[in-house]
Amino acid sequence: MVDLLLEPLSYGFMVRGMIAAILVGVVSALVGSFVVLRGMAFLGDALAHAILPGVAVGYITGGGDQGALFWWGLATAGVTSLGIGALTRATRIKNDTAIGVLFAGMFALGIALISASGSYAVDLSHFLFGNVLGVSASDLLVTGITAGIVILLVIGLYKEFMVIAFDPVLAKTLRLPVRFLENLLLLLIAVTIVVALQTVGIALMVAMLVTPAAGAYLVTRRLWAMMALASLIAGISGIAGLYLSFYTSVASGAAIVLTSTALFLLIWVWTALRHRS
Amino acid sequence: MLEKIKRRFSTQGVSHQAGTSILEVRELSASYEGRPALESVSFKLVENERVAVVGPNGAGKSTLFKIIAGVQEADSGTVRIYGHVPVGHICIAYVPQRSQVDWQFPVTVWDVVMMGRIGKIGLFRWPRKADAQKVKESLELVEMEPYSNRQIDQLSGGQQQRVFIAQAFAQEADLVLMDEPLAGLDAPAVEAIFRILDRLQGRGVSVLVATHDLHLAGERFDRVMLLNRRLLQFGAPEAVITPEFLVDAYGEQVHVLHTDDGRIVMIEDNCHDDAPEEVRRVG
Repeated sequence: MVDLLLEPLSYGFMVRGMIAAILVGVVSALVGSFVVLRGMAFLGDALAHAILPGVAVGYITGGGDQGALFWWGLATAGVTSLGIGALTRATRIKNDTAIGVLFAGMFALGIALISASGSYAVDLSHFLFGNVLGVSASDLLVTGITAGIVILLVIGLYKEFMVIAFDPVLAKTLRLPVRFLENLLLLLIAVTIVVALQTVGIALMVAMLVTPAAGAYLVTRRLWAMMALASLIAGISGIAGLYLSFYTSVASGAAIVLTSTALFLLIWVWTALRHRS
Repeated sequence: MLEKIKRRFSTQGVSHQAGTSILEVRELSASYEGRPALESVSFKLVENERVAVVGPNGAGKSTLFKIIAGVQEADSGTVRIYGHVPVGHICIAYVPQRSQVDWQFPVTVWDVVMMGRIGKIGLFRWPRKADAQKVKESLELVEMEPYSNRQIDQLSGGQQQRVFIAQAFAQEADLVLMDEPLAGLDAPAVEAIFRILDRLQGRGVSVLVATHDLHLAGERFDRVMLLNRRLLQFGAPEAVITPEFLVDAYGEQVHVLHTDDGRIVMIEDNCHDDAPEEVRRVG
């Protein structure tokens, strides 16, 4: 039994992958708690897909350099969320329709760029599904620093983010910088998505944002408790998912998401049974 | 007194001028979704006053409150709080309709009241002892201290309303705007709210209450404002709540019945199917 647990850890790529999965999981869970409470799951999914043209350009011009991928991805997410806001304000189109139009368009642009550049199948699947076991030591450093900044901001502005999620009118009467905080939250979501790109990829990103937070939401009565439990669920999912991947050869991103989905279902069943008794 | 002066001058650097009315609204016009919601509304509020704002649905009560609170923009006209524009002031609290609140949100009673302190605590800071003390005092004021660890969904309607009044008090608001706080409450819950409003008045807080309840508006407030896009009447309750003025405000919704011992005014409330018709006896 102990061997089963220790053997994967003798490989450097497994250790790096686990650290990355935990970092990314915790950041996604913290930011994702606000995504769940404000009903922004669709926007999160859309932003994840919409960064594809950005990372494609970053990949083509930077030749796989993580820094280029990061900045191009972040810029694309920023442009997309600004575009969604502008389209909603300037037309009669509802917000979710604007999200749908822009995210599908951006995603298609990304596929077009990658297919035109030649190595379609290999690189596209890399972006779509991630490759946490390919994380290098320098990638880990970048992930760690970015994750640290996001976590500090979320903790430092915890009470402000709580108020704008709970009662935007109160936030305004308290004269909080509501516009700034809302844009900052969008930026944090975008950063989280870009950081998580290598771990779970674009297609499964929304699960990192909402699944642990949704599970925690079912059983907690206070926001900080929800965020802490969501982080725990995400961390456990990262570790257990990679063991699952190691022993069953299931793709790492899928294994992580499946584990957190299983944990969510367990919590749900448990609360349902407890309610009945 | 000293406390009060200190409090006045501590709100975000904007000082209150002594001797001016707490709120002055002049020639205020506003629209809601392209339609006029308020037309040329002007009035003044003096300190420590409790005013009921009555009028039919869509009369612009919520719009008026949101503009006073500085949450919504007016098309024209001015709002002055102690002689200043509302921006930069946090001495006004807006208590939302209960239907506007996400009661499933993972916060306790304590957390919701502490939210009133957030503007004063400041970015990247955590609540201090003085803030916790103020929250405790606010909860005692509304008789909700024993419930401070409850999630807000586990409260009755009246208790939920009181939590938000405590939040306004924790905010150290001098003017509290309450949007339909009495809707859907039973008689004991309504009594509890008025007991707390009395206490707020005792501490120098002015209260503006939007309500559908003409009976309570007539008996429990210093002045009554009759609003239907325009300000129709504003004065002592017995002078404002008369059949003539109510017909002005409510139009076809009002039925005046003549009985032996006086007249009864009935108002149909078309927007709330489950709400009983409101009956007001006018002597």
